[in-house]
Amino acid sequence: MRRVVITGQGTINPLGNSASETLESFRTGRCGIGDLKIRDADRLMIRIGGQVKNFAAADYFSRQELALYDRFTQFALLAADEALSQSGIDLKGNALEEAGVVLGTAGGGLNTWDASYRSVYQEGKNRVHPFVVPKLMNNAAASHVSMKFNLRGPSFSVSTACSSSNHAIGLAFQLVKSGMAKTMVAGGAESMLCFGGVKAWEGLRVMSPIACRPFSKNRNGMVQGEGAALFVIEDFKQARLRRAEILAEIVGFSMTSDADDIVMPSRSGAARAIRGALTAGNIAPDSVGYINAHGTGTIANDRTECAAIIDVFGGHADSLLLSSTKSMHGHLIGGTGSVELLACIMALREGVIAPTIGFEEPDPECPLDIVPNEARNADISVAMSNSFAFGGLNAVLVLKSV
Amino acid sequence: MQGSVEERVIEIIAEQAVLDAKNVAPEYTLGQLGIDSLGLAEIIFGIEENFDIQIDFNANEPGKGIFEDADIASIARAVENLVAQKFG
Repeated sequence: MRRVVITGQGTINPLGNSASETLESFRTGRCGIGDLKIRDADRLMIRIGGQVKNFAAADYFSRQELALYDRFTQFALLAADEALSQSGIDLKGNALEEAGVVLGTAGGGLNTWDASYRSVYQEGKNRVHPFVVPKLMNNAAASHVSMKFNLRGPSFSVSTACSSSNHAIGLAFQLVKSGMAKTMVAGGAESMLCFGGVKAWEGLRVMSPIACRPFSKNRNGMVQGEGAALFVIEDFKQARLRRAEILAEIVGFSMTSDADDIVMPSRSGAARAIRGALTAGNIAPDSVGYINAHGTGTIANDRTECAAIIDVFGGHADSLLLSSTKSMHGHLIGGTGSVELLACIMALREGVIAPTIGFEEPDPECPLDIVPNEARNADISVAMSNSFAFGGLNAVLVLKSV
Repeated sequence: MQGSVEERVIEIIAEQAVLDAKNVAPEYTLGQLGIDSLGLAEIIFGIEENFDIQIDFNANEPGKGIFEDADIASIARAVENLVAQKFG
């Protein structure tokens, strides 16, 4: 089995239009959530979200490209471009055959569905744009990344709701680890902040109309976000040989299913995934310094997640640091784990732990150090990222500094 | 759906509880009928659609809504109030 490292990262999300802008927001605890500026927002009950800002697609893509690129594809392409340039990798010939993309997304081209349904149902039109299907399909972003960068090996999309990104990154890790691929671009992209996308979430009655306050006693739900983050994941030997800057090593990955409830989280399902990722990476629980929590800000998730962490880490749960960056960027659904991995890498490389902002009141059911409101310096060598999806599908990654 | 507000609310709740409306008495609470969180979301939706009203409910704020631990009779009264406000 091969060792697997991350050598590039790129993103566009509510906290910034690049990895460096995003990390600066993490350091300063800046909130990227605000009033939703979307069509018909006045008909929504939930009117806040983490939108990507200062972004005009026409600045980056031609008219022909925009006819084919849904907003989630646009985000994925920009993040992939940044990650690949940062990695400095120059793929040629056979190396392209051993390179691919795994992209997590829950909604795929939801904006395109929304706009097209609006035109046929609401506006009574009898035709839609000829490229609606290739624009909205869930694998569109993965395919366009492969086309743009000529990656000709294994590529596919993964859709496991809120765990999509972690499943995607974990599968890319396994492809490289097993030798099926040498270089993978992996992460997630999501763009659900349109009228239909928010309306659908409203119905579940789990959204906060005010703010995402993970682990606060007065938390009242989740807030949606949008964006993408992608990473270059490659064979350690290849990275060393080309003298690449190694951001982190992926050492552990585990997937479990609750096999229980379609929306309620499971303490044992989460604990099994956390424990499994440690075992897979041969990592002693007390060496974990930071966990980027799933931390959605719902009553159910945060208390279940804390209980699962205590189950696995025992006494060490009191000394490790836990934070939910969803408090800043919102819940990017299928893209969320990828943006959160940026915080894990920052913790490992810079020794800076991104905070859980918006924290107001301790909850006895979440009795862990959640790094409230302000970033903190901490010297850590192992970081974990949790994702627990609707449908009971859990995916946990463990990263180590190199 | 005809009948009083309470009868209509009972029919909506009975459907979710998979019970005959005749067996759902106004003094029952949703918990006693075995309604889970998804069932509750569907009941609220059913009532909103049926009476064309908006019910303020967030699953993360227990105790603030009209559904927590309330019996069906008081839920029906709250619905009556919301209907009255709509025409008020």
